[in-house]
Amino acid sequence: MKENTRLSVAHLVRDPVLLFLVLLVFTGLILFILFPLYKIFAYSITTDEGRLSFRAAWDVLRSKSYLQPLKNSMMLGLTTGVLATIIGYVFAYALTRVDMPLKGFFKAIATIPIISPPFILSLSMIFLFGRNGLITNKLLGLEDSNVYGMHSLVVVQTISFFPIAYLTLTGTLAKLNPAVEDAALNLGASRWRIFRTVTLPLSVPGILSSLLLVFIQSLEDFSNPAVISGSFSTLAVEAYRTITGMYDMRGGSLMALLLLVPTVIAFVLQKYWLSGKSFVTVTGKPTTSRQQTRDPKLVWLLFAFCMLVALTIILFYGTVLVGAFVKIWGINFSFTWAHFKYVMTLGWTPLRNSVILALASTPIAGLLGMIIAFLVVRKEFPGKRAMEFVSMLTFAVPGTVVGIGYILAFNDKPFMWTGSAFLLIMAFAFRNMPVGIESATSTLLQIDRSIEEASTILGATGAVTFRRISLPMLKQAFFSGLVYSFVRAMTAVSAVIFLISPRWNLATISIFSLFESSKYSDAAAYIVVMIVIIVVAIGGLNLLVGLLGNSGTIASGGNSERA
Amino acid sequence: MSERDFSARSSSVSLVHLTKKFRSLDGSGEITAVNDVNLEIKAGELVTILGPSGCGKTTTLRMIAGFEYPTSGSIFIGGRDVAMIPPNKRGLSMVFQSYALFPHLTIYENVAYGLRVQRLPAAEIKERTERALELMQLTPMAKRYPSQVSGGQQQRIALARAIVIEPSVLLFDEPLSNLDAKLREYMRDELRKLQKRLGITSLYVTHDQSEAMAISDRVVIMKDGRIRQVGTPHEIYAFPQSKFVADFIGKANFIRVNVLGTDGESARIDLENTQFTVPKAGKAGLAAGPALLVVRPEALRLMPLTTDQGHAALRGRVDRFTYFGNIARYEVSTNNAPLLIERYNPEASSMFEEGAEVGIIIDFESARLLPADEQEKA
Repeated sequence: MKENTRLSVAHLVRDPVLLFLVLLVFTGLILFILFPLYKIFAYSITTDEGRLSFRAAWDVLRSKSYLQPLKNSMMLGLTTGVLATIIGYVFAYALTRVDMPLKGFFKAIATIPIISPPFILSLSMIFLFGRNGLITNKLLGLEDSNVYGMHSLVVVQTISFFPIAYLTLTGTLAKLNPAVEDAALNLGASRWRIFRTVTLPLSVPGILSSLLLVFIQSLEDFSNPAVISGSFSTLAVEAYRTITGMYDMRGGSLMALLLLVPTVIAFVLQKYWLSGKSFVTVTGKPTTSRQQTRDPKLVWLLFAFCMLVALTIILFYGTVLVGAFVKIWGINFSFTWAHFKYVMTLGWTPLRNSVILALASTPIAGLLGMIIAFLVVRKEFPGKRAMEFVSMLTFAVPGTVVGIGYILAFNDKPFMWTGSAFLLIMAFAFRNMPVGIESATSTLLQIDRSIEEASTILGATGAVTFRRISLPMLKQAFFSGLVYSFVRAMTAVSAVIFLISPRWNLATISIFSLFESSKYSDAAAYIVVMIVIIVVAIGGLNLLVGLLGNSGTIASGGNSERA
Repeated sequence: MSERDFSARSSSVSLVHLTKKFRSLDGSGEITAVNDVNLEIKAGELVTILGPSGCGKTTTLRMIAGFEYPTSGSIFIGGRDVAMIPPNKRGLSMVFQSYALFPHLTIYENVAYGLRVQRLPAAEIKERTERALELMQLTPMAKRYPSQVSGGQQQRIALARAIVIEPSVLLFDEPLSNLDAKLREYMRDELRKLQKRLGITSLYVTHDQSEAMAISDRVVIMKDGRIRQVGTPHEIYAFPQSKFVADFIGKANFIRVNVLGTDGESARIDLENTQFTVPKAGKAGLAAGPALLVVRPEALRLMPLTTDQGHAALRGRVDRFTYFGNIARYEVSTNNAPLLIERYNPEASSMFEEGAEVGIIIDFESARLLPADEQEKA
């Protein structure tokens, strides 16, 4: 029920901790999200003398050098979106509806691209299909195969982002009430007919959602197009090259704007339009377990498909692993530790920086996520909807845009922070909090609000209730948010490439420069080391969760026998 | 001796012109959830607010708890106006519909929580928590988590957690609605016994009328945000002051009559051209003219039409007969109003079949009168 504004202000004043948190979050969101975006916008429509002018913007809209990357990015985004969604749908359907072996294996395989360092798939692409590629050159004997271009990008991005489609669609398919499909079966429909007339139409919101999410990811992607696009220019990379190569800050920020508009539109569509259309919420909780298809033809067809996807992923990752241990790929395949020695000497400082900054930003991102979710779900205060929107918006703002915005916003008084560890940490924290927010929000929505009220009426203040009741129940969501934001911080490229300094160089950026100088095997070794660090960190966090007690399993909240 | 300690802080509660308005969901107007409610609860009393869903009973309770702030009016607890004091400073306790146990804390920690929040000395926390666990027979399972015990035990944990802080007032928000019928009756009696023994001022919200009748010192009937009647369970059942209350509590028949005149408590009435006396009319200031005679189903009796017709106030025909074992229920149509008649301890020889023409005898001792033109005030 909605309080009127006057009353919710009164609540705020009565609860100083709440007031402080609200102000703190708003300050952060304004300073680290809205202000940089505003700077890009303002900078794009002023001249060097500071006068308001749409001249530059108008030139952009007519110039081919701006419109071509926009066209390319859109084309790439749509192609990847469709392909990744198809693969993700088949994967999700197979894993939720079909009785087949190795499901755990397939699920594990599908998470690998989400947590892997950047550049790895592009590197494999070069190893496998490049001029000295294992497949193109050694297997097929081609001398002049061109791995660079849109075709490679589509392959690499589809593999990278199909897990997003798979996870989104699994959610949709798993939550569709099995009774609906059972009813169709009961009415005499065949499996195929059920799929066509019931399952597929009911999963349309999930399909659209997946399309839009992959589209956003594809547009945002910097690392793959940066190393494998050849002459096929995309907005994220062009913006970077315009600024660092041509020193054209205004041109770069205009491109950032061009990039921002479609991603934000896609995000708003996905979040507000589609979420209202979901059929999942109306079907309620499934009470019966799902009958899984055992039709052998269908089972083996889908199994073969999943296996093909899995083997492709294994091939791509395995190639890099091997590539890290050979002398010169394509020419001399003898074993060597040389590349790892290189990483451990010249590459050591950036690696250490990456770990330090990721570790520093992770708890901030995690706590921010918890606090924002708690405020938005549980509290009433003016500007609540705005807080929710802006904090989720970071998910849609491409890293390139963030990076450019941060240089514009924090290169001058009063915020002279560029090149500092502080700014990098803040960039990580604010970019990586949405997953924490999402998982905490869904957990909170499942926890009966009266559990917190019970604490309050027993005499606890808002802060005590948050610390002793809400936070422990959010532990699971908190740690999954932590893991995710650590991985994201370790693997970030697009935003930080604008923000690093000689003092604070990062591992991913070092890998990028290895690409630039064609030291592919060194890059491979670097990537392998990063994978090890990420795996160790995830393992460590999980161990920590285990050590922190036994309440993880009952985080779902109320123990009541609800009617 | 130990039990008396819990009641030491029991306070009276008084609601004065309490009103709560919400903005309607489409934002266009206001909904008055609680409308000018006035109520006095004496220290140690158990008062139940009973009403259909949406009547404002839960909002009233949540304003007393402090989870909602009133739009206007005052809430006095022990003489102190707490309307604008946050819930954690009111010294109350509440038993929630869902129990709202802390799932990540053991039963012992759940019960001790309120004392720990007050930062009491460790020894006192231990002593009082153990006493509350003992009282609610929870000691053997103190180290378990709430999800590992039964629904009835969860209910007792919620109760133990609420009384251990020695609240000035104990609030109950439909605490038994999650239990199955048998356990609900058992817990209802246990709860009443405990409340009487400890003497804690209690406000209990429910939509279950038998629950309200069974445990309350007094019952408050609410509808559309307003109090319709306050009284002991007997007063509410035997002397309903409106058609709504008569209908809501138990079952009631409304027979159209004409009041000829009143004499103190009694009234002379005309029913289908025969005069009768209603010894306890039950409603003050009844004017001559059309009125409704309120008769409970058990205060009506059927008789065969063949015998002495002098006792029968009305004639009718049995439309439906249902046999429940302990009760025989008849739905009878008359030319005045359709009637529901219940006969306890029925015997085969005295039962009537569907379609039978019958005479109806009214027990005027337990009949009451209400004005006929009474409109339900919104």
